[in-house]
Amino acid sequence: MNLLEVKNITKQYANHKALDDVSISVPEQSIFGLLGPNGAGKTTLIRIINLINACDKGEIIFAGKKIKAKDTETIGYLPEERGLYKKMKVGEQALYLSRLKGVERKEATEKLKFWFEKFDLLRWWNRKVEELSKGMQQKVQFIVTIIHEPKLLIFDEPFSGFDPINTELLKEEILKLRDNGATVIFSTHNMASVEEICDHIALINKSKKILDGNVKTIKNEYKSNIFELGISGIENELKGKINPAFNILSQIRDDELTKYKIKIPHTSNPNELLKEVIPFCSVTYLNEIIPNMNEIFIRAVGENN
Amino acid sequence: MNKISLIIKREYLTRVKKKSFIIMTIIGPLLMASVMIVPIWIATKTNQEKRIAVIDESYLFVNRLNDSETIKFIYLTNDINSVKDNFEKSDFDAIFYIPKPSALIPTYSKLYSDKEPSILVKSYIQEQFKKEVEAMKLLQAGIDSKLLESTKAHVTIDTIKISEGGIEKKSNPLVSTGFGIFGGILIYFFIFMFGTQVMRGVIEEKTSRIIEVIISSVKPFQLMMGKIVGIALVGLTQFLLWVVFTGAIVGIFQVAYSSDISKYSTSKMLEQNDNSLIPETITPNQINETQSNNVGEIFEAISSINFTVMIGSFIFYFLFGYLLYAAFFAAIGSAVDNESDTQQFMLPITVPLILSIVLAQFIAGNPQGPIAFWLSIIPLTSPIAMMIRIPFGVPYWEILLSISLLILGFLGATLFAAKIYRIGILMYGKKPSYKDIGKWLRYKN
Repeated sequence: MNLLEVKNITKQYANHKALDDVSISVPEQSIFGLLGPNGAGKTTLIRIINLINACDKGEIIFAGKKIKAKDTETIGYLPEERGLYKKMKVGEQALYLSRLKGVERKEATEKLKFWFEKFDLLRWWNRKVEELSKGMQQKVQFIVTIIHEPKLLIFDEPFSGFDPINTELLKEEILKLRDNGATVIFSTHNMASVEEICDHIALINKSKKILDGNVKTIKNEYKSNIFELGISGIENELKGKINPAFNILSQIRDDELTKYKIKIPHTSNPNELLKEVIPFCSVTYLNEIIPNMNEIFIRAVGENN
Repeated sequence: MNKISLIIKREYLTRVKKKSFIIMTIIGPLLMASVMIVPIWIATKTNQEKRIAVIDESYLFVNRLNDSETIKFIYLTNDINSVKDNFEKSDFDAIFYIPKPSALIPTYSKLYSDKEPSILVKSYIQEQFKKEVEAMKLLQAGIDSKLLESTKAHVTIDTIKISEGGIEKKSNPLVSTGFGIFGGILIYFFIFMFGTQVMRGVIEEKTSRIIEVIISSVKPFQLMMGKIVGIALVGLTQFLLWVVFTGAIVGIFQVAYSSDISKYSTSKMLEQNDNSLIPETITPNQINETQSNNVGEIFEAISSINFTVMIGSFIFYFLFGYLLYAAFFAAIGSAVDNESDTQQFMLPITVPLILSIVLAQFIAGNPQGPIAFWLSIIPLTSPIAMMIRIPFGVPYWEILLSISLLILGFLGATLFAAKIYRIGILMYGKKPSYKDIGKWLRYKN
């Protein structure tokens, strides 16, 4: 079941096309990574989902129905360009933003106190926002994004401005929210975090979607039968000794080990490779090299350009 | 709707709680009250009786100079030098010295004082001196000054307004002009003060980057209207507080100094009469009569102004004038990133406002003329121009036309501003040109 279906969205600005026939499907209770280089159209897509911008063509289906204004109350959006009223008191402001999302005053106060306590912000409740550090402000923003317990959470670069400790804290909370039933869309350049928490991704480049699907599936699609072979000893030279069908791409000496990168032909398999090399050396390990998201990103965008 | 009221509440409360609002609320009435009180207060303070020693070496003026409420002449026969030497010890405020004249009638005199005598005192003595000298000269030429006086005619023209019910009322163009221009300037001032507050508020939301957070919860139009309405309420609050506090301060002052003021006001009128309004030798009886006529006329003129229409239209033109311009101010705020970039866009919307203020005198001078008529019909200038015209009496159909056009203008301006606003608030970086803004207007939501 998909919570959100983006169908054939096209958005034309005066001088350029921001989105060209983009469709994505976000499965319920998943973490969906929306990736792409700067200016690809991610933010435009997110704004269209939030009904901040309208699209020229296409439609958005939210929880099985065409999205409408009231649905924004069940969406939590943390924009990339985010801030708070600097002169306003922290608690008062959090309360205001929560109530704009439709949470009643009493309920909002209780929930905010809970989250402020959790994020160690409670003693700042009556201080002005400008007295808070950037990291603390980001925490406040995170809290008001999730305070109305939205079904769909959209985070645009959520970790910018956070130190590693708080990044970890945030990641845990996002995963918990997912486990409790929320669906998360996650737009970022930080590929390491995508790898860690995303179940699905879509890659947008130059206004078009160029890649999407389950993270594991994509990775498998992008692997190219390259294996890393580690053998002990440094004097072992495999080149010329094994079947040239096994293409040795590189060879690195590292202390007691020699590491080879070998491409196995489609007609063969790792066992065949082992058979080839065992007569000449003692094997320490053999790993399949699975490309990380960073490499996939660069490759996919590079090919598309 | 609930969300708009939340926004209105926030916009209102944060501004009303600001130090600058509280300071303005205190300082405004103090300023306005002091404009009314200080001149009176100073006048009452300086209007203690002045004792003027008169040393007349010609002996022509003894007991002939008239005392006023505040100036008393005491005739001395001592030598001028001895009086001068003893001046500090004496209780005189000044010595009026007429030296022995070279001709038959003296025209030269000196006024000695340890302090610079006030203009009023000096001119009063001068008038008295001149009056006597003139009378003597007339006598010398064989003309009786009383005879001359009887030839002077006092003519008046009463301006009378025939209102629709056929009731005649005396009007006074000066009073109407005063009320009209005051109302116009007040509207001008409020539009600018609170219009720029709207603009700053929008810029603040842009630069603090909170805008996108908010418009994911509410529509840009709701945010814009919430801000405009919230600030309108701030303006009304401030205005009402000013009226109440100014009234209170003036009231307290009146109670505390009532005796002084009443004394002052009669003496002031006497002075005015003596100085300019009335021919010099008019009898006190005549003076009183004319004076009471003057006061009566002003009161009648004030009462000839229809205050229900005046106050009603002030509130209407203040609100809708502000709403019309606030929409423009919001659009400008949304288009730029900081206040220094606003200049270019401010110009076209300030021109109609400044034009109506510049032409205020002209409109008051010819309130039924074609320029006054058109300025008070066109929505951009009507809030100020119509306010100036109203005390002179404006046909109801003109008021209705002006009101309906202003409401239409407000709706149009709001729709126009909203189109710029929804795009502008999410645009950062380069300052847009008029061409860019033209493109925004054509974007579909």
